[in-house]
Amino acid sequence: MSSVAHLRTRAQEEASRFPALLARAEHLAGTVLLGDHGRRRAGLGDDFWQYRPLQAGDSFRQIDWRRSARGDEQFVREREWQIAQSVQMWVDPGASMRFSSHKDIPTKSDRARLTALATAVLLVRGGERVGLTGWALPPRRGNAQTLRLAEYFSTDGEDDYAEPEARGMLPDAKALFVSDFLGDLAPVEAALTKAADRGVRGVLFQVLDPSEEAFPFHGRTIFESVNKSVAYETLKANDLRDRYLERLAERKDRLDTLCRLTGWQYFTHHTDHSAQSALLWVYRALDGSQG
Amino acid sequence: MTLFGLGFSAPWLLMGLIALPILWIILRAIPPAPVRRIFPAVVLLLGLKNDEQVTDRTPWWLLLLRMLAVAAVIIGLSGPILNPRDEGDAAGTGPLLVVMDASWASAADWRLRMNTLDGLLAEAGRDDRRVALIRLTDPQEPQFLSAEALRSRLTGIEPEPWEPGPDALDRAIDLLPDENFDTYWMSDGLNRDGRAPLLEAAQDRGQVTVFEAPRNLLALEPMVLADGNLTATLRRLRPGPEAEVTLEGHGRDPAGNPAVLMRTPVTFEAQALTTQIELSLPSELRARIERFEIGGADSAGAVTLPDDSLRRREVALIAAREDREGLQLLDPLHYLRKALAPTADILETDLKTVIPANPDVIALVDVAQLTGQEGADVLDWVNAGGTLLRFAGPRLAASDISRDTEDPLMPVRLRAGGRTVGGAMSWGEPKSLAPFTEGSPFMGLTIPDDVAVNSQVMAQPDPTLADRVIAQLADGTPLVTRKQVGQGQVILFHVTANAEWSSLPLSGLFVQMLERLAVSSATAQPDIEDMEGTIWKPVRVLDAFGVPQDAGVLPGVEGPALVSAPLGPDLRPGLYQGEDRSIARNVVTAETELIPMTWPDTVPVEGLNRSQEQPLAGWLLAAALLLLATDVIATLSLSGRLRGAVAAGLALMLLSATQQGARAQDEPQADPAADARALAATSEVVLAHVLTGDARLDETAQAGLRGLSDTLFFRTSVEPAEPIGVDLETDELAFYPMLYWPITPDQPTPSSEAYAKLNTYLRSGGLILFDTRDADVAGFGSGTPEGRKLQELAAPLDIPPLEPVPQDHVLTRTFYLLNDFPGRWQGRDVWVEAAPPDAELIDGMPFRDLNDNVTPVVIGGNDWAAAWAMDEAGNPLVPLGRGFTGERQREIAYRFGVNLVMHVLTGNYKSDQVHVPALLDRLGQ
Repeated sequence: MSSVAHLRTRAQEEASRFPALLARAEHLAGTVLLGDHGRRRAGLGDDFWQYRPLQAGDSFRQIDWRRSARGDEQFVREREWQIAQSVQMWVDPGASMRFSSHKDIPTKSDRARLTALATAVLLVRGGERVGLTGWALPPRRGNAQTLRLAEYFSTDGEDDYAEPEARGMLPDAKALFVSDFLGDLAPVEAALTKAADRGVRGVLFQVLDPSEEAFPFHGRTIFESVNKSVAYETLKANDLRDRYLERLAERKDRLDTLCRLTGWQYFTHHTDHSAQSALLWVYRALDGSQG
Repeated sequence: MTLFGLGFSAPWLLMGLIALPILWIILRAIPPAPVRRIFPAVVLLLGLKNDEQVTDRTPWWLLLLRMLAVAAVIIGLSGPILNPRDEGDAAGTGPLLVVMDASWASAADWRLRMNTLDGLLAEAGRDDRRVALIRLTDPQEPQFLSAEALRSRLTGIEPEPWEPGPDALDRAIDLLPDENFDTYWMSDGLNRDGRAPLLEAAQDRGQVTVFEAPRNLLALEPMVLADGNLTATLRRLRPGPEAEVTLEGHGRDPAGNPAVLMRTPVTFEAQALTTQIELSLPSELRARIERFEIGGADSAGAVTLPDDSLRRREVALIAAREDREGLQLLDPLHYLRKALAPTADILETDLKTVIPANPDVIALVDVAQLTGQEGADVLDWVNAGGTLLRFAGPRLAASDISRDTEDPLMPVRLRAGGRTVGGAMSWGEPKSLAPFTEGSPFMGLTIPDDVAVNSQVMAQPDPTLADRVIAQLADGTPLVTRKQVGQGQVILFHVTANAEWSSLPLSGLFVQMLERLAVSSATAQPDIEDMEGTIWKPVRVLDAFGVPQDAGVLPGVEGPALVSAPLGPDLRPGLYQGEDRSIARNVVTAETELIPMTWPDTVPVEGLNRSQEQPLAGWLLAAALLLLATDVIATLSLSGRLRGAVAAGLALMLLSATQQGARAQDEPQADPAADARALAATSEVVLAHVLTGDARLDETAQAGLRGLSDTLFFRTSVEPAEPIGVDLETDELAFYPMLYWPITPDQPTPSSEAYAKLNTYLRSGGLILFDTRDADVAGFGSGTPEGRKLQELAAPLDIPPLEPVPQDHVLTRTFYLLNDFPGRWQGRDVWVEAAPPDAELIDGMPFRDLNDNVTPVVIGGNDWAAAWAMDEAGNPLVPLGRGFTGERQREIAYRFGVNLVMHVLTGNYKSDQVHVPALLDRLGQ
């Protein structure tokens, strides 16, 4: 009896989490989409873009005779550029993301997933293909893809600090890595180098809790990671503050340098700020680098 | 055991102190527990080193704190005692007798005495001595008990408010036990006969030690009344340096609360034994003072109770309204005032203030209805022995009081209307008085021939009527009736107190009658012969500390004994009430001798301030608790758990704990909002309306009065401020010249306090405009719900007879000349106070000389507020009539409002204007 009830509860929990995340992501995406669509340039595509006079080098096959017949000049019919981009995402499933320092602040993983999924919703609406890095979910179009993404995002990893998945990246695609980047930086470095080799540009989106930025602790304290795999005991926590902040700044600096070397973009977001600002930045970063 | 001047009751417990160093080591090894925190960025911390490595051990100062706490507990439990009594001090080991004077003179230092005695008994307890106690003011067979048993009873031992007389001392000698014992004598320091034999008897049986307070004893003689001033004589036992004491008069303030009504410093000259002070107090204040005492003396000897010998009769005069200002001879109170002024103190305020002053007589002159609360208060006062003297008048005749059933405050039932004899329209002659009959208090007074009665109120024939008539007219109709109510009486003169209805008040007979009724008679000192055969009932008695107590079920005292017998258990000092007066017996009189006691040299005399044994256990344990509390905070702060809010909370807790005892007494605070409101209402003329609880109606009333105020502002020199809504229950009414009271069928009926306030308001010249807003369709009757509600609301109000506004009423011409008084409706009559029946139209005058004063009520149903109502911009809010006619009606409504306010503010000024030509003529212009 209890096992049935337990199963049902868990099933309901799982089911409820999935659309909630999607709905919130859609909602968030809706705030950004306004007035910001279209490639606004000539290119390959189905939709009519503009007529332009025939220029040297255009073949006669390109002339739109119906338009040209109205006057003496010959016109070429151009279509709107509708090339689809592939964006591959990696959201840190590590346990370190499941942390929030205050009950009013969402966990880092919640914010990370929400931002990533909202970005995906936006991109899918813009006609791009979105997927995950690695082999699990290659980039595809369509709303069904956001559902699949949401499903993958909803799984939690076991380890405290997860390594970024850099396999299966398509050449010249875009990438979005969302994590707190508190684990070992070597895999990140490797992933970014590999991506740069393949011409993949992207965004490193670091999500941090405000307490990780401020270190507001005092007195004798044992600090533990979320999985309790790492522990550190101090006798006077406030004593450590400056040195901790120094290390954090150093780490950020290293990430920034790494990004600049590989042509990526780097941004730090705090969970006590609004999700919308995060989404806006990520979307701009992805969109802006497309030109 | 004694160590370093401290005694210990359980010294072996101090061995526990040896364990302290071990505890030190254990505690030192245990650092404060760490906080566990989840923190993903912990990887960044790995490898960081703390600079300070010491805090993993408990810091030395925290350790010291805990050590001190533990040490305090150990020492506290071992029972340390400061100032332990040396064993060699004890005088003996046999039984011990404590003799206490326990008189009023020891009351001043009673606590000190008891503390000393407590110490002595504790000492005796340690020596295993048996102890007995005898109080000389009330000697009982002494029983030897263990000292602890007696100690537990000490709180129940009280002094008595008299001195041990010779009988009591003789009895005490008889009661002394036969065995040998030592004696501790707690003396009050006064010399009295009969001490010597007792001292000898005690010295026969053992050693006597006397304990005496060094403090100088103060006493207050009874007040003496001379030339209207009170003289107070203060005495002290021993001559001393110049000293200042405070003489206080305690009584009840007008609100009925106990208060210090008078306080004056009195100085003893250096070496002087007595001092005197003259007090010139207003008689009203004097009547309120229930006892004089020397502040802080705490003894019955320093308290004196004033009785009737200090008092002139107090008579409160209360008329329905201050009628006809300026016409002195027509003032209803004029003749009463003249008759009483030489022999009585006259109070003239309102009933609410008078009753706590407890006058002997309240004269209600032509007052018909008392509100529920006032009536109840007066009835209580009469029951407690007051004399209520009532005079008839037009209002009483017009009222329904005591008509169907006898009012408790009326001696007889009255017939409607009264009668007039010998007037212009009647055949009869004015009636003269019949001779007074046997049993009447007026028996023996001669009746002048010229006393005649024109009008009177008539009593209903009743079986009891004959008993109650104490004066009647020649035709047998009652003139004065009286009935007993409780211990007091109610007397009704069936005529007015002025010369309007009869010439009685003009005659000397009136004064004699008042004297016979004990309204004005003064009181003199009682003689023993006078007191023969009387029984006096104690009202309040003093205890030894000078605090008056309710006499309760104490038996009455025979008159001669009251005057001459010494104070004792059967005759306690206090106030005694006889048939018609009260007598006070005070502890100290002018004859009391105050002589300090001189003990023989053989008797050691000790003061009371022996150094007391002081157990320190409680203090030490409290200190331990405090140290532990500090330890909690320190530990919290060390482990980082003590942050801002928590720290503030703890500090607050500590503060509040320490300040618990030192909380200041709550002073009655003046309400700033009420003050601001009073200022707003009084700095300018403000019209007011009664809040009915119906928001819409209140809004309309507010807008209506605003419209009227604006109209007044533009047209006249009256410039009112924004009108105010008045809550009858809470707000003061005296600030407003007039109240607009719209009637709704469902508004709550005001409380009796509110009615008392309204009656005061009406009596002091206020005007209430009642508006039933029903266009008076029922002809001012009970036809509409509003009409019925109005009747219900106005029933307890003191409203004079009414009539529809006559054509020559001053309301018709105070500012505009008006014929009718429309509001939203063109209703019928508007009712005002009726003109006096004698108002006649004089030839050549356009109108009669009517009421001299403002009518207290105007009653109508024309919904004036709706007609006056204006919004902020001055636009009318309520449509009125049709077209120009409607506007005309609104204009007339405003004019009525202007006239009404003018009438309220100027009274009969416009009426008097008619005399201007005559006055100018007389001035020769």
